Amino acid sequence: MTLLFYSAGAIALIATLSVIISTNVVHALVYLIISLLSVAVIFFALGAPFAAMLEAIVYAGAIMVLFLFVMMMLNLGQATEDEERAWMRPSLWIGPGVLSGILLLQFVSTMLTHDVTLAPVEVSVRDISLLLFGPWLLAVELASMLLLAGLIAAYHLAKK
Amino acid sequence: MRFEVGSALSIGAILFTVIIVAAMLIWVERRLLGLWQERLGPNRVGPFGLLQVVADMIKIFAKEDWVPPFADRFSFLLAPPIIMVVILMSFSVIPFAPGVGVIDSDIGVLFVLAMASLGAYSVMLGGLSSNNKYALLGSLRAAAQMVSYEVFMGISLLGVVALAGTFNLREIVLSQADGWYILPQCVGFVIFLIAGVAESHRLPFDIPEAEQEIVAGYHTEYSGMKFGMFFVGEYLGVVLVSSLIVVLFFGGWLGPAFLPPIVCFVLKASVFVAFFVLLRAAIPRPRYDQLMNYGWLFLLPLSLLNLLLTGAFVLWQEGM
Repeated sequence: MTLLFYSAGAIALIATLSVIISTNVVHALVYLIISLLSVAVIFFALGAPFAAMLEAIVYAGAIMVLFLFVMMMLNLGQATEDEERAWMRPSLWIGPGVLSGILLLQFVSTMLTHDVTLAPVEVSVRDISLLLFGPWLLAVELASMLLLAGLIAAYHLAKK
Repeated sequence: MRFEVGSALSIGAILFTVIIVAAMLIWVERRLLGLWQERLGPNRVGPFGLLQVVADMIKIFAKEDWVPPFADRFSFLLAPPIIMVVILMSFSVIPFAPGVGVIDSDIGVLFVLAMASLGAYSVMLGGLSSNNKYALLGSLRAAAQMVSYEVFMGISLLGVVALAGTFNLREIVLSQADGWYILPQCVGFVIFLIAGVAESHRLPFDIPEAEQEIVAGYHTEYSGMKFGMFFVGEYLGVVLVSSLIVVLFFGGWLGPAFLPPIVCFVLKASVFVAFFVLLRAAIPRPRYDQLMNYGWLFLLPLSLLNLLLTGAFVLWQEGM
């Protein structure tokens, strides 16, 4: 499981970096899907199979499909790729690089000062359901109302 | 964690059998179509034309494996293996018989749904990377169709999950020992069947590759073995949906005592494979907007109602 965790983490890092530096939008999307799937594997290795499956179904399987769907209709070609390449000039990397470097330092120092061990506790689907429809029922209902509001808004916009 | 994995030998045997069965289905389908359309079908190569598949394979391997210069090479090469991989992965959670199966997982149903939703990328990337208007139209249709029917597919399964009280496919089969779920879940079964046809985009729902309108849809530019992967992937989908129907609604391997469990499973699954072929022979293709309206305006409310009533029934039974 430890090996699974670290290999999936490495894949997630590489894939996410490729999303940023890729100039072709479709390739970037494919890398993003790979990144999300490896995050699902990380969830699985940490003992949350239900969260892993939801990550795969909702993020990789539904949201990214819609991204790709929109991209199909935009008809992006060589022009977009050139534009993207022009934006990727080296001086652009300094600001974000410094900021994420600081974040990385903070992260590493926290990891070093605290004793962190990988001790997965498996949470089954039944436990999650009992929590969701027990103490967190109100939150579930609020989230469903939010989704309903989105649905009605989409219906209204589509009618115009 | 509670996951029992089969031996490497049994995994290999299941993988091999499933692929061979899917390839043989090409011949089975053409013969059955011939039977229903009062003609012979392929009967020249070998006894009853059984070796037709071998001849097709030789042809497909000998063809030039061409990548169009205007296509996006990366996505073009990536698309065909996706459909094969996700469907073969889905077979890993199917319990074929006691002791026969790759993995026993508590998230079996969810895993199948996740893999089904990833399968949409195959047709989408294939059509998008081909840089061809027919392929793009085909994959646009495929994306909308697969995303929509996935929803009803998932909701129609939830009735069975509620009755069995588990996502584990093997436990779902075992819980049907005193009655298959086809009786209490007949509405769910019909919705799942329709959604299954739409997910594997077979006729009558083969709108993404409608020959008369958009050449061959998303795989217009594919040739050789890359086309073969899309083709075999479609038959793998048929086998997968048939096996899922048997596991979820028809008691899996359970049956009369004189039959070995695996034979029982195969017999039941073959009935549904034959039914898929009969659908193709009997029903014309609907229009694209008809398909979408039918899904969202009829199947979605019906599947939600089915889930609501099943939930009420389960609660009422527990209260007694």
